[in-house]
Amino acid sequence: MSVTVKLPTQLRDLASGEAEIPVEGATVNDCLAALFGAHPALKDRLTDENGVRRFVNLYVGGEDVRFLDGVNTAVADGAEITVLPAVAGG
Amino acid sequence: MEGSVQNPNQSTTAAELIADIKLRVAEVAPAEIKDGLPEGAVLIDVREDGEYATGHIPSAHHIPRSYLEMRIENIAPDRDTPLVLYCAGGVRSLYAAKTLVDDLGYTDVKSLNGGITLWKDGGHPVEIPKTLTPVQADRYSRHLLLSEVGLEGQQKLLDAKVLLLGAGGLGSPTALYLAAAGVGTLGIIDGDVVDRSNLQRQVIHTEDRIGTLKVESAAASINALNPDVEVVQYPYRIGPDNIMDILPNYDIVVDGLDNFPTRYLLNDASVRLKIPVVSASILGFEGQISVFSPYEGPCYRCLFPVPPPPELAPSCGANGVLGVLPGTMGLLQATEVMKLILGQGDTLVGRLLLYDALATSFTELKIGRDPECPICSRSPDAISDSEMGVFPDYDAFCDGSH
Repeated sequence: MSVTVKLPTQLRDLASGEAEIPVEGATVNDCLAALFGAHPALKDRLTDENGVRRFVNLYVGGEDVRFLDGVNTAVADGAEITVLPAVAGG
Repeated sequence: MEGSVQNPNQSTTAAELIADIKLRVAEVAPAEIKDGLPEGAVLIDVREDGEYATGHIPSAHHIPRSYLEMRIENIAPDRDTPLVLYCAGGVRSLYAAKTLVDDLGYTDVKSLNGGITLWKDGGHPVEIPKTLTPVQADRYSRHLLLSEVGLEGQQKLLDAKVLLLGAGGLGSPTALYLAAAGVGTLGIIDGDVVDRSNLQRQVIHTEDRIGTLKVESAAASINALNPDVEVVQYPYRIGPDNIMDILPNYDIVVDGLDNFPTRYLLNDASVRLKIPVVSASILGFEGQISVFSPYEGPCYRCLFPVPPPPELAPSCGANGVLGVLPGTMGLLQATEVMKLILGQGDTLVGRLLLYDALATSFTELKIGRDPECPICSRSPDAISDSEMGVFPDYDAFCDGSH
């Protein structure tokens, strides 16, 4: 499956400034692995020994994977994975 | 007026006409309806606008007699609806009743004997309707033209109390536009003073107010824009010691806070108090906005169970932000506030809208209530003071007092 991962501003420095990164995978986990393969610095920022860090929200097709199958959520061809950290600026 | 009146073109006097009508239109005494009308019955005040404005019987609809035929069906489309009409002294309502019976076929129309004068003499309650002054009618004329707002909606706006957390990037445009729209009470909490570096985006402040309190500066701009608005100034930071005293005075809270600890504190307090929060945040070229309506939709903790660590939470220091970005996001907030007050449209409850100014793109994400949410999965009474604003690793978080 060809999937696009969309990164917020504050993570783009770790991905060579890219906002949207094309990856291949059948699940969110696959896609993250592909993402981290291309941009290793993102792995430390988004995951720890327990997996995806709690403050990182992941959405597939606009739906929070926490309420789907987590990182095992299947992704369709052409899907978008949105990575969303909380922001507090006002 | 013809029909039942005999010799209409000849010598019927007004007294004879009234006598004729009284034979066919029943009258009710004020005491008979002082405890309310029977189920399904409708009370209609047929006096002119100026008379109605001085006070009316509670629960009465108002249709001036000259508009009666045109508007009665809006209130009572069924011809068998029991109607009670009243005027000042009980005469015009008889004429009006005759019109409804003879010309429009209403079957159960009564007139209040002695009108509102006798009603008042009996010591029964009168309600003074809220009306716009001529200046207000002019100021808000473009709202009055919208059926979704109108006089009733404008009155809701004037009666609304909205609390703005922060008179900064987001709070500036939100406050200005809500003030312009006639939101009657704006509370503003901010302990900072105006700094020159604020002026690139915080449009409520001005060069000559650098060094003055932001709440004072904001109040000056708001009062200059619209004297209808009462500004309540809170020249300090919101915190655990004051939040439960301030929030209950407001219908809606607008969150333009610049730090995580206070956002969590606000969430927990607003859930306890069941006050909706229109929340936005900005960074760089991107903004996020949602509406957290306690127990109706998710809360902030459902969306973000824990804040990012300081290195990923650039709220703790100076960060770049495109000057116009808080304008866009703040006005999206103001729009949501208006919709909540007016009860119109679909708000962002359960949705998070992301705006990327560089790409000029909006992304909508669904957010649901977390059944395991540490706050909103419980009843308001079960949330204790000591839990409010607390999250894991709170102490390790960057300057919590910011």
